[in-house]
This record gives sequence, structure tokens and C-alpha cells, in this order.
Amino acid sequence: MSATIKNVLSPFSALKFLGKKPHTIRYPKETKKTADRYRGFHYNDIETCIGCGNCANICQNAAIDMVKVPGIEPKVGDSGLRPRIDYGRCCWCGLCVDVCPTGSLALSKEYTHVSDDPEDFLLLPGIEHPEFGDELSYVSEKGYNLLDWVRVPMRELDPNERVRSFAEVVLGYMEEEARAEASRCAGCGICVSACPDHMHIPEYIRAIAEADDLQSLQVIYDNNPLGEMCGKVCTRRCEGVCVIGHRGEPVAIRWLKRFATEQFSDFGKVLNPEIRPKNGLKIGVIGGGPAGLTVGYYLVLKGYDVDIYEALPKAGGMTMAGIPKYRFPEDSLDKQLRYMEEVGVKIITNTRIGKDVPFEKMLSSYDAIFMGIGFHKPYLLGIPGEDLPGSIQAVTFLRDVNFGKKVDVGKSVVVIGGGDVAIDAARVSRRLGAEVTLLYRRRKQDMPADEEEIVGAIEEGVILITQGIPLEVIPGEDGRVKAIKYGMAEMIPDPKGGRPRPRLIEGDERILEVDTVIAAIGQQADYSFIPEELMSQLEIERGRLKVDKWQQTSVPGLFAGGDTVNRTADAISAIADGLRAAEGIDHYLTPKLTKQRIDTGLK
Amino acid sequence: MIQTVKETTLFLGPQHPGITGNMMVELKVIGDTIKKATTHVGYLHRGFEKLMEERLYIQCFPIVCRICVPEPDPNEENFARGVEELAGIEVPERAKWIRTMVLELSRIQAYLFWMGGQSASVGLYTMPQWTIGDRDYILDLFEDLTGGRVYHMYIWPGGVRRDLPKGFRDKALKTMDYIESRLPDYDRLLFENAMFLKRARGIGVIDPEKALEWGVVGPPLRAAGHHNDTRIDDPYEKYPEVDFIVPTRSESDVYARAMIRRFEIEQSILIVRQVLDKMPEGDVYEQIPNPFYWQVPKGDAYVRTESARGEFAYYVVSDGSTKPRRVHARGPAFVHAVSLLEDLLIEQNIADVSMIMNSLGTCPPEIER
Repeated sequence: MSATIKNVLSPFSALKFLGKKPHTIRYPKETKKTADRYRGFHYNDIETCIGCGNCANICQNAAIDMVKVPGIEPKVGDSGLRPRIDYGRCCWCGLCVDVCPTGSLALSKEYTHVSDDPEDFLLLPGIEHPEFGDELSYVSEKGYNLLDWVRVPMRELDPNERVRSFAEVVLGYMEEEARAEASRCAGCGICVSACPDHMHIPEYIRAIAEADDLQSLQVIYDNNPLGEMCGKVCTRRCEGVCVIGHRGEPVAIRWLKRFATEQFSDFGKVLNPEIRPKNGLKIGVIGGGPAGLTVGYYLVLKGYDVDIYEALPKAGGMTMAGIPKYRFPEDSLDKQLRYMEEVGVKIITNTRIGKDVPFEKMLSSYDAIFMGIGFHKPYLLGIPGEDLPGSIQAVTFLRDVNFGKKVDVGKSVVVIGGGDVAIDAARVSRRLGAEVTLLYRRRKQDMPADEEEIVGAIEEGVILITQGIPLEVIPGEDGRVKAIKYGMAEMIPDPKGGRPRPRLIEGDERILEVDTVIAAIGQQADYSFIPEELMSQLEIERGRLKVDKWQQTSVPGLFAGGDTVNRTADAISAIADGLRAAEGIDHYLTPKLTKQRIDTGLK
Repeated sequence: MIQTVKETTLFLGPQHPGITGNMMVELKVIGDTIKKATTHVGYLHRGFEKLMEERLYIQCFPIVCRICVPEPDPNEENFARGVEELAGIEVPERAKWIRTMVLELSRIQAYLFWMGGQSASVGLYTMPQWTIGDRDYILDLFEDLTGGRVYHMYIWPGGVRRDLPKGFRDKALKTMDYIESRLPDYDRLLFENAMFLKRARGIGVIDPEKALEWGVVGPPLRAAGHHNDTRIDDPYEKYPEVDFIVPTRSESDVYARAMIRRFEIEQSILIVRQVLDKMPEGDVYEQIPNPFYWQVPKGDAYVRTESARGEFAYYVVSDGSTKPRRVHARGPAFVHAVSLLEDLLIEQNIADVSMIMNSLGTCPPEIER
């Protein structure tokens, strides 16, 4: 085929388009309307953003910096930082949006920005140009997000099975489950600020994900010598702030710690911590609870001699005497105590300071003293009939059960309170074969107990009566408890904005026939063993000892931690206190040690 | 009588020789005739392959699309499929259909882009105004679908990033009708143009016997009479479930290559229509593991896609860590425009160089990566 006259003429047909309206947009008279999914400049909802930094970590151009923003203060669960985008680097891929756990970061429809100042191309989305938020286009959608929102479920004993024995309820993750759960973590580390002990959570979770359980254990033991205990019973503030929890289920940080520690039956064989040579100084610890054990462990590593005095037959404090065995089995505690003793911590049980050993003797024979005595003295209900036989205190009841004493609670039990101790007492009573009613003065959502524990109790058949205020324990003919009288309450909003208070409804009184009344409305410290002279020097505020940042009380050389000091009153806070106190004691004794070294010729 | 000739060295480029991208062709000419041609690249090297070795898997997908400016989608699809093969991820059906559609839309816009370049290289400056303008209607579709116009960053390991937006199907069909209605205009202005016929025929002939030896792929290979198309030979995504014709010609010159592409635009429009009809409802994204920790199992994968310029392939190697050990892109432009071009240009006219480069689908950003 060769070119014909037609081929020569056909291009001229293009002339038919002359004078037609062009397809292009005549800027600035007309502007381009961008698509609903357009990826323009960023917008960040500052209130929703928690500064986790996932966006900065995923950005492949390193275009995002997390910067301090005036007016936004760091708090638990919020780093106080906010992303700043460098548009000299950004490629508008939107990965930052697709990895944002809260969904605060989005891309807008804005796409023009003209400036001759390079600084103008750094944008703090949401703070600068808040008007970009008017028309969001590429937004974070849960279904297309890169994060995994669903937790690997934890296997538990069947509720009917549970109430028959004190066997552990939670069965723990299998290996694959743990690896899968660990790999959900985004590694942002927001949880670390929520942990009282600031454990290295992303690091040990990463190690689990990478199947390096020993590494995980070592990271846990770096600042927590009772990792397995925490893996079972921790109040897990970390999970409360987990970024994935903002729109999904938080990473099971507690169960993962449990998994890592349970992989080793003997910590002594695998951990091999570096123990410094003995420096000759002696530390006395009063109370073998989590705080005291932590002080002991870390001071022994630093070369001190540590004696821990425990009044009960076994150390562990409330975790031994208070927490029921179905949550924290004794062999797990034994394993951790055994390792402590292997390292060189001396635990002297059945020895109560002030009774078996005078406090003065402690002061004279130790270079520093740590007090972690806990809250073992219960608050009284303050109602008639409270001292009748059959009306008991939850702490005493749990201690007796845990130490193997035979306790008869009869056929029906009422537990008064809404905290973890109340739930423990109720669930233990169920295991002793009783019908259990839990009486709480506020609403269910006001209960301070762990949500999971409340669910567990209800599953096991504990009957919950909320907004019921106990009025009187009624004796029977034999002088024992026969029934409890309680009145229903209505909730009155607190004018100061606190949680609503219950107020008794006149005339709505009810009677519940029970064999045993267990009171669990809180505990306090018992300072009666401290000599008066010393007591007058100690500063005590609302029942708690005042300490400085090294956990030192107003008496030099006397340190304190645990429930008697912190308001959160849980094991992990006690461990954190212990860790700080170990540093504090070391710091306090350093001048003495230095002098000793100079005296002995700097050896 | 002694005849003397003077050989001159002429540097074509590096600023866009023939509207292709930055590279240079060093020509030794006598008069207007080329005696020797040497290609020089190195003006666009961004080191993407190396950069990817330092990136998490998910961080690579915004990089790969930048390997080829006029046609990013085959890169995205290729990389995603390579990683999916290594990690054993099964992509949802609907995502496969969407990917097929995206690849064909991408082919159409790439051909429109090429058409503008090809005509401009022979001096027809009305054509680029038309085709680049019409190409924007496809970019509008991409903007609706992906949020981006040129770089879509839409196909990622596990599927695609978002489902079709509301009203996309109708808009896409309308755009297809529009592009189809424009084809006769293109014919009259370029493909049936006496000037183009005269200049493009018999120029830049690739020896059909040697085409395979050279490693020629895509439209140039089909124009040399070889029935070769990865969509048929090594089917991927949903190509086995759509009907289309793979055209071939025998002349193997610039004109034949142009006509192959012209014909393939029609086929791609047909494929897009079929995809929009056959696409089932369902998920478009299979969740990948946590991108921060995602360790892709050890191994290697070689995956191929038919791009507008021919077979495009990715070789992805994993050492079992969170980052790829090696990502290698095998693009057609490297074969066509570095070694083959040197051979084709000999004894050609200077004025034809950019025309030949265009007809080969030269793309320096893809050569250098």
C-alpha cells in the first residue's frame, strides 16, 4: 500500500475542531475539582492523635518527624508529639494514613501551595492550615488498614469446670498463638509510659515475634524480676493505652509476657545475670512482697547482702496471700522465688518485725532499710452485727485459703465490695461450693475490679447485686450470721464532676439469707510495729508514707515502696517502687562505699 | 580522484532526545547518515533497587511505581505479585479483576502518551495536544479510583488499597466510549497520514530472525511477526478469563510497531469493558501481616507482566528478613534502547533517530531505575 491522495488530505479533517471548547480548565477562572479519594496535603485531628509515631516509622521517605507542639502536654497514652510533614520528601503514598491506629491522620483535597520560603514546606497538619480538615479525601478506613485489629483469643477453662477446683483459669498461649499475637504489635512504645515500671514492652514483644524467647526473658528481667507473676496477674495499664486498642483489641501484652516466662522452667539456668562482687554492705527488707523482692534482687546484683523478712510462711506478699491460686498458681511463685534465692537473696520467713525481731535491731544491723509492708489491715463496714461469727474479712479469708487452712463458708455467701479483692473472695467462695452474691453500692460500670474478672465471676455463677448498701448483719438463734439487710440506692451525680455517689432510697430495704458475710471494701497499712520515736519522724499522708524520688522516707536510710506508698496499689507499681528504691539505696550508700574503698586502699 | 569524507560527532540529548526521557545518543555521522551510534545513560539513576534493600516490604511499593514514569502500574502489580508469591498470599478475586482493569487502563494511557511522542517526533504537533488531553480522562479515572493521577500506589501486596468508588463503572464505560470515538480522528491525523506513512515505512527495521536473540519484547516483537504476549503465554491476574486478540505484523518497521499499538488500544478497551461486566462483589484486600515485622519467607520469585512496552519482569529475593534482599526490575527499554538502538540506527537518517527511539518504547527512567 502506498500513500494515496486520500492519505494526504485526511489530516486536514482536524480542522473541524477549530473553534470548539477546549477540554482544559482555564485556571484561575475554573479550578480543578479533585476526586473524593484524592491524596493531597495532610490533615491531622490533633485531639484524636496520640503521637504514637507509626506514621513516622512507616514513611519510606523519612518525610515525617514527630515534634513537640506547644499546648499539647505528654500524658499516659499520648507522647505529646505530633507529626510534621516535609513536603520536600513526601510522595503522597498515604502509607501514614493506612497505618494510623486512631484514624486521626488523613489526606485532604488541597494540592496547591506556592511559597519562596523553604520552611513553608514543613507542615504541622491540623495545627497549621486547619482548614484542610474541611474536605478530607483519603481517610483511614479500618478494613484497609495495615494494622491487625483482632486479638488471638486466649483459651480458658470452661466455667463449669473452673468452680470445681483451684486450677488455673487461663491456659496460656500455644507457641503459634503467641507468635501471631506478638506480631500484631506496631512497636510504637506508647505502652511504656503507661507501665508504672516502664518495662521494655515493644522489645520483648518483638523478641517473641521473632521466636527468640530467651532474649524476651532477658529484656523482661532487665527491670522486672517477677515477670511471670506480672504475666498472670498484672493490672496491665499498658493494654489500656495500646494504640491498636483505639479502634480494635489491644495487643495481649500480659499474656505475651506470661508466654515468654513460661517457656523456661528454671530461670537460673538461662539468665546468668552479672553479679558484682560483694561490697560488704547489708540491706534489710521488711516485707517479702513484690516491692521487697524487687529491691532484694537488684541490690544483690549490685553486690549488697540483702535479708528479706516475711511475717508469713512464704514470701510473695499479697500475690501469695491475697491472689487466689486459680489466677496465680503457687508453683509459679515458687519458681520465681527459687531463682531469687539462687541469685543470693536471703528470704527469712515466719519472722515479724516488731514481734520476732525488734525494729531497733534492724536499724542497728543494716546499712539501709526498705519497708514494703503492704496493706493487710481491712477497713471495717461499720454496720451492726459485723463482728458476729460468720462475718469475716476478705483478706483474712483469702490468706487462710491460700495457705491451705480449711475454711467453711457454708452454703451461701455474700461478698461486699466491688474491687479485685471482692471478686477474688467471691470466686474463691464459689470454688468452696457456696452460692455467692456480690453486693456493691455503685453501678456495675463503677466497679474498680478488672472487667475480665467481673465477667469471669458472672460466668462462674456469682450473682451481682449493684446499688445495694449493707445496713445490718442479722444473727440467727445460734448467734451466727443468718442474713444481711441491705438497702437499694440511687445514683446522685457528683457536682464536682467525680463519679456519681449512691444515696439510700428510704424504705427499699431487703434481706438476703446467708451463712457467711465477707467484707472486701478495702485495706490499709498497719504501722503499729514501728517504734513511736521513729513514727513521729515519718511523714504520712492519708495513710501512705511520703517518699522522695529515690523512695526514701523522711528518715534517712529508711526507704519504702508498694501499697504503703503508691496510690495505684498493684504489683507492677510495687515492682516499680522496688526498682527505684534499689537505685535509691545504691545512691544513698555510694558515699559510704567510696569511703570504705579509700580506707581499704581503693581495692 | 580521491574522495574525502568528513565524519562528524553529534550528541543527541541528554535533554529528552525524541521526547523519551533523559539519555544521550552519540552519533558519528557523515552528512545526514549515521555511521555509528553509541548510547549513554546515567542521567536518571535514582538507585531504586538499592533503596529497596533498605526498606520494609510495604515501604517498597511507593517506590516501584516510580521506575517507569509513563506507565507505573505494571511495576506495582509485578512487585506485589512477586511478594505475594514469596509470602504465599492469596489475593481476593475482586482484587484480581480490579488489577486487570488497572493494567489495561494503564496500557491505554501509555499508548496515548506514546502516540503523542511518536507524532511529535515526526513533526505532528497537533497529535500530542489531543492524545495527552484524552489521556487525562483516564488519569481522572485513576484519580477517582486511587487518589493519584500519575503515580497511583494502588496495587499493593495483598490486593488493592481501596474498592471501586461509587459511580466508577459508569464513568469508566463512558471514558472507554469516548476514547473509542476518538480513534478515527487519530487515524486520520496520524496513522493514515501520508507524511507518517512515507516516513515510518521501512525505517528502523528489526530483523525478525534476530529479534528473539536480541531479547526484543512487546509491540516491536509482535511487529516482527512473533506471536508473543505475556498475557497469553504466562497468564496472570484475570487475563485467562477475558477475550482479546494479540495482533502481529510482519514488516517490523516503525509503521508496523505503530499499527500494533493502535490495534491494541481497541483490544484494551474491550478488556476493560469485559472486566467491568464480569467483576464479582467481594473483598479487595487480604490483610498482610504487621508491616513493621513482616518477614517474608526465604526464597525468590520471578514474575512477568505485559506492559505497554513489552514484557516487564521483577525478580524478588527474600532472605527471610523484613526487607527484600534484592529486587531487580527487568524492563523492555533496557534491551530496546541501549543495545538494540545502537544497531538499528546505523545507516539511518539523523531526522529519524527520535522516531525510531519512540517506536521502540524508549524509557530512560526504566533503563536506569
